[in-house]
Amino acid sequence: MLQMVMATGSSPALQTGPERRWLGLPVERIEDATLLIGRGHYTDDMPVRAGTLHAAVLRSPHAHAEILGIDAAKAKARPGVVAVLTGREIKHDSDPFLIVLRQPMDQWSLAVDRVRFVGEAVALVVAEDRYVAEDALDDIAVEYRKLPAVVDPLAALAKDAPLVHPAVGSNVPSDRHFTYGNPDAKFAEADRVVSLTIDYPRNSQTPLEGYVVVADYQPGEGVYDVLCNFQGPFTVHPVMSKALRCQGAQLRIRTPAYSGGGFGVKQAIFPYVVLMCIASKRTGRPVKWVEDRFEHLTAAIAAPNRVIRAQAAVKNDGTVTAFRFEQIDDYGAYLRPPMPGPLYRQHGIMTGAYAVKDMSITNKLVMTNKTPSGMVRGFGGPQIYFGLERLMHRVAIELGLDPLDVIRKNLIPAGSFPYLAPAGALIDSGDYQTAIAMAERDGGLAELRRRREQARAEGRLYGIGFAAVVEPAQSNMGYLSTIVPVEERRKAGPKGGNVAYATVHVDCLGAVSVTADSLPQGQGHATILSQIVAEQLGLDPHDIRCNMERDTQRDPWSIATGNYSSRFSSSTAVAAQLAATKVRTKLAQIASTTLNISADQVAFGNGKAFAKDNPDNNIRFSRLAGTAHWSPGELPMGMAPGISETASYSAPQLEPPNDADQINTSLTYGFVFDFCGIEIDRDTGAVRIDKYVTLHDAGKLLNPLLAEGQVLGSFGWGVGCALLEEFVYSPDGSFMSGTFADYLCPTACEVPRPVILHMESPSPFNPLGAKGIAEGNCMSTPVCIANAVADALGVKDVKLPLTPARVKELMGLTEKPPRVRSAAVAPTAKQTRTGAKALTGTGSLTVAAAGERVWHALLDPAVLARTIPGCHRLDEVGPNDYRAEVSLGVGVIKGRFTACVTLSNLDPPHSAVLSGSLSGPLGVSVGSGRVRLSPAGEGTKIDYDYTVEISGTVAAVGGRMLDGATKVLIKQFFQHLVAEMQGGPGAGPAVPWWRRLLRALGF
Amino acid sequence: MKPKSFTYLRPDNLQEALQALHRMRDDARIMAGGLSLVPMMNFRLLETKYLIDISGLASLAYIREASAEIEIGAAETQANVLAWPKLAKSLPLLSLAMPHIGHFQTRSRGTVCGSIAHADPSSELPLCLATLGGSVVLQSARARRVLVAEEFQIGMLATARQPDEMVTAVRFPTRKPGAGYAFAEMAQRHGDFAVCAVAAVVSETAVRLGVGGVAEKPTLRDWPALADGEIDDALNDFAWELGGSDDIHANAGYRRDLVRKLGRRVIEEAKKCSN
Repeated sequence: MLQMVMATGSSPALQTGPERRWLGLPVERIEDATLLIGRGHYTDDMPVRAGTLHAAVLRSPHAHAEILGIDAAKAKARPGVVAVLTGREIKHDSDPFLIVLRQPMDQWSLAVDRVRFVGEAVALVVAEDRYVAEDALDDIAVEYRKLPAVVDPLAALAKDAPLVHPAVGSNVPSDRHFTYGNPDAKFAEADRVVSLTIDYPRNSQTPLEGYVVVADYQPGEGVYDVLCNFQGPFTVHPVMSKALRCQGAQLRIRTPAYSGGGFGVKQAIFPYVVLMCIASKRTGRPVKWVEDRFEHLTAAIAAPNRVIRAQAAVKNDGTVTAFRFEQIDDYGAYLRPPMPGPLYRQHGIMTGAYAVKDMSITNKLVMTNKTPSGMVRGFGGPQIYFGLERLMHRVAIELGLDPLDVIRKNLIPAGSFPYLAPAGALIDSGDYQTAIAMAERDGGLAELRRRREQARAEGRLYGIGFAAVVEPAQSNMGYLSTIVPVEERRKAGPKGGNVAYATVHVDCLGAVSVTADSLPQGQGHATILSQIVAEQLGLDPHDIRCNMERDTQRDPWSIATGNYSSRFSSSTAVAAQLAATKVRTKLAQIASTTLNISADQVAFGNGKAFAKDNPDNNIRFSRLAGTAHWSPGELPMGMAPGISETASYSAPQLEPPNDADQINTSLTYGFVFDFCGIEIDRDTGAVRIDKYVTLHDAGKLLNPLLAEGQVLGSFGWGVGCALLEEFVYSPDGSFMSGTFADYLCPTACEVPRPVILHMESPSPFNPLGAKGIAEGNCMSTPVCIANAVADALGVKDVKLPLTPARVKELMGLTEKPPRVRSAAVAPTAKQTRTGAKALTGTGSLTVAAAGERVWHALLDPAVLARTIPGCHRLDEVGPNDYRAEVSLGVGVIKGRFTACVTLSNLDPPHSAVLSGSLSGPLGVSVGSGRVRLSPAGEGTKIDYDYTVEISGTVAAVGGRMLDGATKVLIKQFFQHLVAEMQGGPGAGPAVPWWRRLLRALGF
Repeated sequence: MKPKSFTYLRPDNLQEALQALHRMRDDARIMAGGLSLVPMMNFRLLETKYLIDISGLASLAYIREASAEIEIGAAETQANVLAWPKLAKSLPLLSLAMPHIGHFQTRSRGTVCGSIAHADPSSELPLCLATLGGSVVLQSARARRVLVAEEFQIGMLATARQPDEMVTAVRFPTRKPGAGYAFAEMAQRHGDFAVCAVAAVVSETAVRLGVGGVAEKPTLRDWPALADGEIDDALNDFAWELGGSDDIHANAGYRRDLVRKLGRRVIEEAKKCSN
C-alpha cells in the first residue's frame, strides 16, 4: 500500500513534446493516500462551533398508531437537556414537505398526530451531549393508540385494508397505465404466453457513515448554515427551504469532500436537515445529530420492494413479440421526493436489451406501514431486471430452449444504434451480439457448461444463470413527470435535462485547482477530473488539486447537482472538460503572442506551452498563467483578466416526455452481460458461487482502475441482495433487521472475485464518449444468481435473498417424525416460510394440587405478583385487570416494562384467556393465550398456548433469541405458579430446583 | 446507541476484582473483551452501575497444561488460544471450532472465558466445553467452586454463576487416545452466530454429539455406538427433542434438518479421525 502511495508522487511522462493523453489510463486514485493514512475526514470528524448541542431522536415502536399525547416534562427537567421538540413544534415552525403527487400525504420531520412505521421520528431531545440526550429519550412518555398496520403491498391493495393515509382514500396514490405499440394483438396471436410473478425484497446498500447534520441558525440574516453529508440531487433543496419557509439562499448546504459512502441513501437525509435547522433556531445554538447504525437500518430508507406480474408473448422459436408488466411498488409510509423515482427512472428502457416493440406497463404505487423507500444504487433497476431476466429464463424453460439462445434471439440488432426503444429510451450505442460472444469466449462458458454436466452426473446440484442488462446513466431530470397525465404535464411546463457544473482555476504560479458539482461518495471523481484537466493543460494529474466540497452559497449548483444515476462521467466530467478547454483556449491565446504563432498552433505538454511544429519554441505554464494575474493589461484585446473558467453542460438528448408518454429517461445506455455457475449444498441449502463472469460495455472508460472498483462494489452488493440482504418486517409491521447481525451484508469471505471483461462502444451523445458503470451489477447479479439457482433446482419461483433456509425449502424439506413421540417433542413440523411472523407456542406442566386451588391462585393478585417474572409491583385496576411494573429479560438482558394483564373468558376452574401488553423503552408487545386446567392423577395438568407480537428495539436487535426468550419467559411464569402451589421458591431460578423440575416434567 | 452512565473499574489484581464484585454484586458486570457486553450496553438491553474490566489482569491471561486438561484463564484472548502451538494436538475440537468464532479482529479482543460466561446458545466455545465435558472455575471473595459445563450453563444467556462470583478459568479435557473429534456449523456468513453448530467425539465404544444454536443451550446426546443404519433415526429423534426455534434467518424445521445432516457429517468424520 505504502509503495503505491509513494509511486503516485512522480510523473511517468517527462519528455517534452507531443501532448499526452491521460483519459483511459489506469491512473491510481489521488484520493487514496489521504484515506489509507487515515486522514479522510468524514462529516462526524468535522469541527463544530463551541457550544454545539447534540440531538437524539425518539422513535416509534409501533408500525401504525395514533399519538394521543406526549409528556416530555421529565425529559426537559433532566440536567443537560436544552429542548425537547415534538410534532406540535415542528408543525408550528415548518410546512409539510412537497411531494411529487398531488395527494394529501403530509409529512413533517417529526410525526404529527400519527406514526406510520416503526422507527418514525416522534420527538427530538437536544442536550449538552449525546449521552444525556439518549438518557432523556427514556424519560419521554408517549401515549399511543395502536392501529392495524398493513405491511404487504398486495394486502395494501385490498378494499378493506387499513389506510396508511386515510385522506387519500386508498393505499394507491398513483396508478398509471401505459401502452406502446399494440401488445394486445401480439398476445392474441402468440404461440404461447409465459407468465411470472416476482416479489423483490426490501434492501439497501448501507454506507459506512450514516447521516450527519450540523445546523447553525444565523438570526442576523435568517440563514440556516448546514454542514451535512447530503449527496444530492439538489431537487430537494427547494423542498427543504419551502418546508423551512425561507428563501433558497437562506438555506446554505455545505457538503464535505469525503462522505463515508452514499449509494443514493444519503439523499434522504433531508428531513433531518430541516429538523436540526428548527432545533438550532429554537435553541439559538448549533445542533449536531449523528445517525447511529440502529437508526439507519430501522428508519433511513430502503429500496422499494416490488411485486411484478410479467408476461411475454412468444413464438415457439423463442422470439418475444410483446411484454406486459404490472409493477406494484411499495413506498412504505411516506412518499418522499424524488419518490417514486424507482418506478420511472428506467421507464423508457423497460424492454431492456431486447428488440421488442409492443409493451404495456401498469405502475401502481403502494403505501404500507414500513420505512419510506428512497434512493438506493440501481434505483429500480434490480427490481426491473429481476422481473425481465427471470421472465426470459422462463421463456426458454417453457419452450425447451437454451436460455442464452433466447436472449440472443431477441437482442436489439447490431448496427441499429442509436436505437429508439418503444417507451422512449434512445439507446446511444452498443453491439450486444459481439459483447455476448466475447463474454462466452473469454469468460469460458463452454468449460462452465462441462462443469455443470460433470457435477450433475455426480448427483450434485449445479446451475448456470445468465442476465443481460442495459445500464442507464445520467437521469433525465424530467423522467418523474411521466407519472402525471399529459394534460397536467402541459400545465406544469416541460421538464428535462441534467445540468452539470465544473470550474477550473489557475493561480499566479500556474497551480491548477478544480471544483465540481458531483459530490463524490468514494468513487474517485477527483482522479478523473485531474486526468481531464491535466490532459487539456499539458500537466500531470498529480499537479491538479480538486476540492470536492460543495457550498450552495458559494458554488454554482442546479437541481441536478449531486451524485446519483451514474451521472458523473457523462455530465460533470464533460463540464470539467469544457471548463478545461476554455482555460486552454485562453492560455493558448496568451501564449500565441509570446511564441509568435497562431493560437491553434499552441500545444501543451510537460508543464509548457509550445509550438506544435517546434517544441523548442515554448514558455513555462507557470509563467503563462502569471501573465493573466500580474499583467492583465498585457493580455490580448478583449480578454477577461485572471484565469478561472466555469462551464456547464446538459445534453440535448434529454428531452421532456412527449404526448405519447415516451421518455428518454437517461442520456447513455451501457450494456452488461453476466453468467455464473453456482452449486448448492444438498445438506444445508447453501449457495456457493463457483464462477462469475461479468462483461461491461460502458462506452469509453475514463479510468479502467476506477471502473473495476465500481464493478467490484456493485457486484459485492449484488451478491448480498442475491443471498443475504433483506429488511424483514413481521405481519404487525414490527421491524426485525436492526443490526448487522440481522441485516447481513456480504464480507470479503462471501464475495468471490468475478472475471471482469470490458468492451468499449463510445457514446456519441457526449464529448468524452463515456457511459455509467456503477450500477450494472446491482441489476444483473441478483437475477443472474437467481437464474442459476432456478437452473440447479428446476424450480419456477425463486425469492431473494436465497438464504440457505429458503433454498432448502425450495428443495422440499420434509421431516420424518421421531420414532417415539414424547411430550417434549413439538407436535408438528412447523413448515413456516422463513421470515418474521407472530411468535406462537404451547406448553404443559403438571402440578401436585387440585384444579380449584390452581384456579384460585391464577386469579389471586398476590400470587400473580409473585409468579409474573420480574414483577416489582402489581395493582388491580379492575376485576381481573392488572397493571404491573416488571423487569423482564433473559440472562443478563433486562428491561423495565409496564405490563397490563387481563384475565377473561373465565370458565372456572377449567379455562381462561390471559391477555396483556408490555411497553417500555426497549419496545412494546401484545399477546394473549389460553390456559386450560384438567385433572391429572392427584394433581392438575396445565396446558397453555400463546401468540405474542413484539416490536421496538428488542424485536429489531434481538430477533435471533426472540422466539426462545418468549418461550422461556412464559414457561417461567407457569413454573413459578407450579412452584407456588407446591410451596417451592417463588422466584429466581435456583439450579437444583430447575433441574429437578425439568427432569420431573421430562424436558 | 449510547450506554447509560456507569462507573468503570480497572482492578490491579484478581483479589481487587473479587472484592469489588463482593460489594457490588448484581450492580456490577465483569468485562473481559467486551464484545457482547458493550453492544448490549449501547443498545441499553443491559444496564450496569459498575463495569469491572479484567482484561488487564496478567495473572488471568494464561493457558496452563495440567494432567488431563488445559486451563484457560479469564483474560486469555481467543486469538492467543488459537495461536497456541499445541492446540491442534491437545484440543483438536477447539482448533476446528475456533476459526468459526467471529473474525480475527474480534478474536484478538474476545476471550474464551467471556464467551462461556456470556452463554449464548449459538456460540462455539460453550458448545465445545459441554461436548468435551469441561468445567468452569467460579471464584468469589468467599469461596471457589468448579462446575461442569452442563451445570454451569442453565439456559439462554443464563448460568449458575452467583452474583458475587466470576469465571476465573475454564478447563478443557485434552484429547483422549482413540477418540476422534469433528466440528461443523452452518452460519450465513463466515463469523456469524451459528444457525446450528455440531461437535462430535467418537471412540470405539461411544458417540457423543453436541448441538448448539437449536435449543436454549448447547445440548449433548450420548450413544454407546452407532451402527451406520441407526445414525439417521438417532439423529432424527434427537433433532425433534431439541425442537429449535424460528427467527428471520431460519425456522425450526431447517435447524432440525441441520442437526440430522451436519450431525451425520461430524459423526462420520470423527469416526474416521478416531484411532
